Amino acid sequence: MADFPLIYERSKPGRRGAQPPAVREFDLAGALGEENLRREPPRLPEVSELDLVRHYTQLAHRQFSIDANFYPLGSCTMKYNPKVNEEAARLFADLHPYQAPETAQGALQLMYELQHDLCAITGMDAFSLQPAAGAHGELAGVLMIRAYHESRGEGEQRRVVLVPDSAHGTNPATAAMAGYEVREVPTGPSGEVDLEAFRAAMGPHVAAVMLTNPNTLGLFERRIVELARAAHAAGALLYYDGANLNAILGRVRPGDMGFDVVHLNLHKTFTTPHGGGGPGTGPVGVKARLAEFLPVPVIEKRGDEYVAVEDRPRSVGRMRSHFGNFGNLVRAYTYIRALGREGLRQVSGYAVLNANYLRVRLKELGFRVPFDRVNMHEFVAQPPEGLKTLDVAKALLDHGMHPMTVYFPLTVKEAMMIEPTETESLETLDAYVDALGQVLERAAADPDYLKGAPYETPVRRLDEVKAARQPVLRYAFEEG
Amino acid sequence: MRYHPHTPEDERRALETVGAGSIEELFADLPAELRDPDVDLPPGMDEAALLEHMRALAEKNSTRGPDFLGGGIRRHFIPSVTPHLALQSEFVTAYTPYQPEVSQGILQATFEYQTMMCELTGLDVSNASMYDGASATAEAALLAVRHTGRDRVVVSRGVHPETRAVIETYLRPLGVSIDVAELSPLTTAGLDLSDEVAGVIVQQPNFLGYLEEMRRLTDEAHAAGALMVAVVDPLSLALLTPPGAYGADVAVGDGQTLGNPPAFGGPTFGFMVVRQELLRQFPGRIVGQTTDVDGKRAFVLTLQAREQHIRRSKAKSNICTNHQLTALMATINVAALGPEGLRQVAAGSVERAHALAQRLAAAGFAPLAGSRFFAEFVLPVALPAEEVRSALARRGVHAGVPVPEEYGLGDAVVLAATERVSDDDIDALVRALDEVGAKRPEAVARG
Repeated sequence: MADFPLIYERSKPGRRGAQPPAVREFDLAGALGEENLRREPPRLPEVSELDLVRHYTQLAHRQFSIDANFYPLGSCTMKYNPKVNEEAARLFADLHPYQAPETAQGALQLMYELQHDLCAITGMDAFSLQPAAGAHGELAGVLMIRAYHESRGEGEQRRVVLVPDSAHGTNPATAAMAGYEVREVPTGPSGEVDLEAFRAAMGPHVAAVMLTNPNTLGLFERRIVELARAAHAAGALLYYDGANLNAILGRVRPGDMGFDVVHLNLHKTFTTPHGGGGPGTGPVGVKARLAEFLPVPVIEKRGDEYVAVEDRPRSVGRMRSHFGNFGNLVRAYTYIRALGREGLRQVSGYAVLNANYLRVRLKELGFRVPFDRVNMHEFVAQPPEGLKTLDVAKALLDHGMHPMTVYFPLTVKEAMMIEPTETESLETLDAYVDALGQVLERAAADPDYLKGAPYETPVRRLDEVKAARQPVLRYAFEEG
Repeated sequence: MRYHPHTPEDERRALETVGAGSIEELFADLPAELRDPDVDLPPGMDEAALLEHMRALAEKNSTRGPDFLGGGIRRHFIPSVTPHLALQSEFVTAYTPYQPEVSQGILQATFEYQTMMCELTGLDVSNASMYDGASATAEAALLAVRHTGRDRVVVSRGVHPETRAVIETYLRPLGVSIDVAELSPLTTAGLDLSDEVAGVIVQQPNFLGYLEEMRRLTDEAHAAGALMVAVVDPLSLALLTPPGAYGADVAVGDGQTLGNPPAFGGPTFGFMVVRQELLRQFPGRIVGQTTDVDGKRAFVLTLQAREQHIRRSKAKSNICTNHQLTALMATINVAALGPEGLRQVAAGSVERAHALAQRLAAAGFAPLAGSRFFAEFVLPVALPAEEVRSALARRGVHAGVPVPEEYGLGDAVVLAATERVSDDDIDALVRALDEVGAKRPEAVARG
């Protein structure tokens, strides 16, 4: 079969699609200056509107998604994205960031209320909605920690950020980007942070500890209060990576556990779409003693008026332009208001129930669970002895199901990290178990079968080494 | 509302399978003294009430009426086909293409995007997108610092003030110093660079709307051994000399003008395109072409050894999620318009902006025209800029991005035009400006 064409390969000189308003008679070169005009037009596709529709509709069909497939990527919280959120976001899509604030009071009110809601949900005192993604929120958070220590004259002394060896890669990358030295804290045999090692690593040189709770093994750090005490006793701050907040919504709050700074991933817990890799949104919240360092703008209510306040002299500054990913703030707000207090609490309940159900069912199939106890919203498994995680994942694709997160966390060999979320039915979970069961059976009958999988996807296993060794990163036009 | 599908029977069966008596039991690991906090949230709503509530909030905003707002975000025409195709469920609800066999839709569209961005900028390699123009520019500054091993950057005052603020946020903790290159009066003057400078960052057209002498500035940067980072409006590149042609090393900017709704400023997407030599220092996801086991062409995330999930604290950036969907929307929009349509949108905006400036001059206003401008320009006004903007809004006209004091232009606003502006819109603006007493005739205009 021929390769699926690129939009460029469907192009024909002179063909037109959408037509914007005609341009009036005008001396462009006179206005812009001959020297400023480009000599060659950019080579862009020339296609009819129908060609365009067919191309991107067919491309959409070459793509797994939550709306079409079960998608239990661990640590990504791939839950259903309610359509009403999209409806709500459209109501605000036309707003311009520089229009007079009195003509955008609804938008500012929404942001103000969302700041409040996120404080209530996390137990923090103040929020900024600026950051554009989880990693961006992390950077904002660590910069605030830095500003806090500097304000106390301890900026020079506190040079180290501690992260568990099971942490998301963004944690150490963020700490480095904020100018810190990163040191790892080992995971103990229980799958939780080793408290003794943690205490030993703590000291006057430590600026912060970045933790996820439940951690990336899907286990709740049971000694979190002691960890927080140890960190605070040494003058360090505790940072909460909100990737796994879905597990504890309404049950326990980061602020109450002793965390000083949190970032949330609205595209995980609060159902804003993942978009094939963003836009995410990563608001950042703090305890009162750090509030003055929040990124600007922060929305305040003055009398009856909502105001985006930029003039906060001790702020770490701006993380990006304008008000953050506002469209996603509308979606998250819509979701929070739809569910309300009790609904959010049910989210964590059923997320945890579903994950435990899958853990037990997978064990029955012969999958290994290295930390076999009640888990939270996700768990880490390993395939039966002799099988490779990658092969099992690829074979699942032929069953129309997206695999789990593979080879993460790095501390577990052949790790499979599974997060079903609360929006999946038991029937879907059973179908996943059945599919995995069939994969194991085929593997037992024909050892080569898994190595060749997948067989029925739009393309099969890729030569990733070739992609990296001989990079082709753009379409090569045929000359002439 | 609720989105979990569990019936009481499902719940019972699941609990029985896991051997728990209740859902509460599954949370036994949580510290007892902290459990079940009092969360100050209202009760949930049904969908009808929810939409009513959201509409009531939206009605407290107003977007109707003639529109001359710019400052990096403009309401260009977006054909209906663009959102219809970009917002298909499969694109909207997928995640990062970690499993390429079932992610060819996003991967191939990103490869097409990278090709378009290379074409528009005249540079060699594009990543899959970044958060927005401001943070992409800050990442470009970091790239220049890594590549040259120097610790000073020079940023033109013509770079959007919010972008400069973000550069400062990113660079300050690393001890990189930032010098501002002044405008004289509307475009960047001579740079006078030392050999400690890692990169020079200039915006084209600049924040005020005027065209910089990019070739001269690039030569000055290179003479000092610094990288040239061009912050560009990608739509303008349908007409203007691409950064690659004047020798820039990095092109960055915000992609909103290529076909994203303004959305109160986000989400849009940032882009970064670089010369081949900078590839190893390049942050962010990149899609590459390869083949599958059957020899079929296929696309995959590649060169990941630069990234945080592999390199952790040694990564080129902490960026993970990018802005795939908004970049996809731009890809589809550019393909919908084609080279001629994109040129028409850009040229129409330039023509309308110049028509507006002329009309203002004819009415006794004094738009600043000492330098060539693209689709935005400065109008000095007789009242504080925020007051002018509010007074215009009360007359149903959205216009007047305030020019900050640092530009030394006194009370002034940036006015922008798109190809959608009609002659009636222009009349309405000129009339409204007159009515609110904003006229600051030439005689008193500084700048």
